Amino acid sequence: MDVTATEAPALTGAASGMPPTTDLTGQPGPADLTGLTGLSGLLLLADSRLPAGGHAHSGGAEEACRTGAISGPEDLARFLRGRLATAGRVAAALAWSACAAAHVPKFPDTEVPDIRAADSGDPTSTGPAGAADAADKWRLLDAEADARIASPAQRLASRTQGRLLVRTAKRIWPSRALEELARDVPDGAHHPIALGVAARAAGCTPAQAAMAAAYTSVTGAATAAVRLLGLDPVTVHRVLADLPYDSVIAEQHDWSALPAHAAPALDLLAEQHLRTEVRLFVS
Amino acid sequence: MSANHDDHHDAPDGHGRALRLGIGGPVGSGKTALTAALCRSLGPSLRLGVVTNDIYTTEDADFLRRAGVIDPDRILAVQTGCCPHTAIRDDIAANIDAVETLEERFGPLDLVIVESGGDNLTATFSRGLADRQIFVLDVSGGDKVPRKGGPGVTSADLLVVNKTDLAPMVGADLTVMSRDAAAVREGKPVLFTSIREDKGAHSVAEWVSGLVESWRHQHSHSHLS
Amino acid sequence: MTKALVRARAILRTGLDDRGRTRVETMRSDPPITLRQTAPGEVHLVSTGAGPLGGDRLRLDVEVAEGTSLTVRSIASTLVLPGTGRSLMEIHVYVASGGSLVFAPEPTVLAAACDHRMTTAITLEPDASLFWREEIVFGRHGERPGRCHSRFDATFAGRPLLRQEFVVGDPDADGSPAVFGTARCVGSTLITAASKEAEVAEGVAVLPLAGPGTLVSALAADAVELRNRLSWGESRVSV
Repeated sequence: MDVTATEAPALTGAASGMPPTTDLTGQPGPADLTGLTGLSGLLLLADSRLPAGGHAHSGGAEEACRTGAISGPEDLARFLRGRLATAGRVAAALAWSACAAAHVPKFPDTEVPDIRAADSGDPTSTGPAGAADAADKWRLLDAEADARIASPAQRLASRTQGRLLVRTAKRIWPSRALEELARDVPDGAHHPIALGVAARAAGCTPAQAAMAAAYTSVTGAATAAVRLLGLDPVTVHRVLADLPYDSVIAEQHDWSALPAHAAPALDLLAEQHLRTEVRLFVS
Repeated sequence: MSANHDDHHDAPDGHGRALRLGIGGPVGSGKTALTAALCRSLGPSLRLGVVTNDIYTTEDADFLRRAGVIDPDRILAVQTGCCPHTAIRDDIAANIDAVETLEERFGPLDLVIVESGGDNLTATFSRGLADRQIFVLDVSGGDKVPRKGGPGVTSADLLVVNKTDLAPMVGADLTVMSRDAAAVREGKPVLFTSIREDKGAHSVAEWVSGLVESWRHQHSHSHLS
Repeated sequence: MTKALVRARAILRTGLDDRGRTRVETMRSDPPITLRQTAPGEVHLVSTGAGPLGGDRLRLDVEVAEGTSLTVRSIASTLVLPGTGRSLMEIHVYVASGGSLVFAPEPTVLAAACDHRMTTAITLEPDASLFWREEIVFGRHGERPGRCHSRFDATFAGRPLLRQEFVVGDPDADGSPAVFGTARCVGSTLITAASKEAEVAEGVAVLPLAGPGTLVSALAADAVELRNRLSWGESRVSV
């Protein structure tokens, strides 16, 4: 997976209404001749053994197993494909954006949405509205995540996982961006944003951050189904291997235009899950 | 009290925070009962918080709340995704979060008890989560359990053998258990209790308050009370 | 399909009359989008001609002035049909401070082989109020729908309130227990009123948003069940 070379060209001179971008590493260095830049960070972040609390989240799979919506590998495969195409795509876009934003310590040209862009099409698109400091940057991206997660149960699960990830990542990869994020979003940044910033701290590119987000958007649910239904873990890994992760990853610029694919069934599952008497997973 | 214990835990700086005590052991051995007993005995003199790791829903937390031994707000429940040992050993993030939440809300605290979900004999607490740990067995599991050892039995700071009142009924020989435990634990303490008969588990409570006392001495720079 | 491609842009604006009541100030129909005032402050969308058909590009602008109230409904559901290329329906909405908009048309029905794009962009000023219902039906009775991609963006006082996209006809999402499950319709109602807590019932959830609003989100086997579920959810939100 040579995402470094193929999916993460240096971003310069991007269009208006986007967070500022610079080169992907934010620092000069020798050319990445082997394509290995960031890969170790990506492996550590995507590993289910990363001690950041992810093991206790099923991403709706526990409730889907309980209600019978998932009863075997075929249902699980459909569940995971749909999850990746919706929540996974949104998470990947947020992680990309967070990682790219964390590349620049200060954001002189960060723009906040101009609320009335007259006749120019989308009135919610961003337009120049002055400089914003780092705190505004993270709060703005956080608000974009909030607007894409309608279910309070899912917002809570996302923030809880984000808070735990930031706490863990700060000790593994101490960095100013993680400290800023923890300070500016004290209740816990949404998980994909935390993941994007942690990825930056771990030396990853935005494309790698997005890949980690896409991948972890399905692995927790897959593992939960293995535990809950006693599915053959090899069969489930075959399902994971066949998922089209690349298809949900794209370069992102305009935060207001980030993908916002909704999954109404996941919303229902998340809310029902909170109200279910017997729960093994947090979400 | 912890003199028999090398202080080699690598948890982040323990200064100015409560002692974190893990209570682990197999399903049904009496972990929740012991937690309740400690709250009962120590509640009047120590500022407490409790984190439960339920296998199912929030049953243990609810039991403690109903027992009325501690302010219900001071009990937080953590879900473990079918893997109670993962939550106390391999990925302690959710438990650390719960402990720190309690300290933030009610701190300063003297003691935070983290009760693990019932698991097997190999489950022990990470030193990143618990400063000290108690492993709870009960006699009805058979008097051979201590001899079998396992990390919980051999390495816990205190081994508690509960339900001694049942020993005659299940044919468990407490002398055998005591001798085997002493052998595998290289002198670390073992206490026999029957929480059903001693609602405050007083011998264990005394051991714990000794721990808290020495913890205060070692980490007292921000603790003046 | 020999029909010529249609470009249409209809405009609807309110203002206050000299007695301080809502007046429909601009009502520019552009077939096939025809607007008809049915009561003071109430306008119906009357579709003249079939469609949209593939290739059509339709646009509706709605502007609700300060202190005015507008209700928009439709006479019948919109049937999206195939044609040459993709059809587009875009709606742009601006609700000024103290303005109030109820937008509750009949469902959009996706016919077989359609290729439809819907975008809705809503700007709400502080103190604006909104009730916005959107229902998508996957095909007529027993019909496999074509493709549809909808995007909804609402900002409130300059901050994003709700952004959501639905894709129908994507093999990865169709039939997924994570997305629509076995449902044949999806619907949601955005209401700028707070609900105290989330609620959930069979196929419907009342979801308090992070911003000042509530989303009622529902899945159903048919349009009648969908409307019932949404109505139940809407009734749980105190306006």
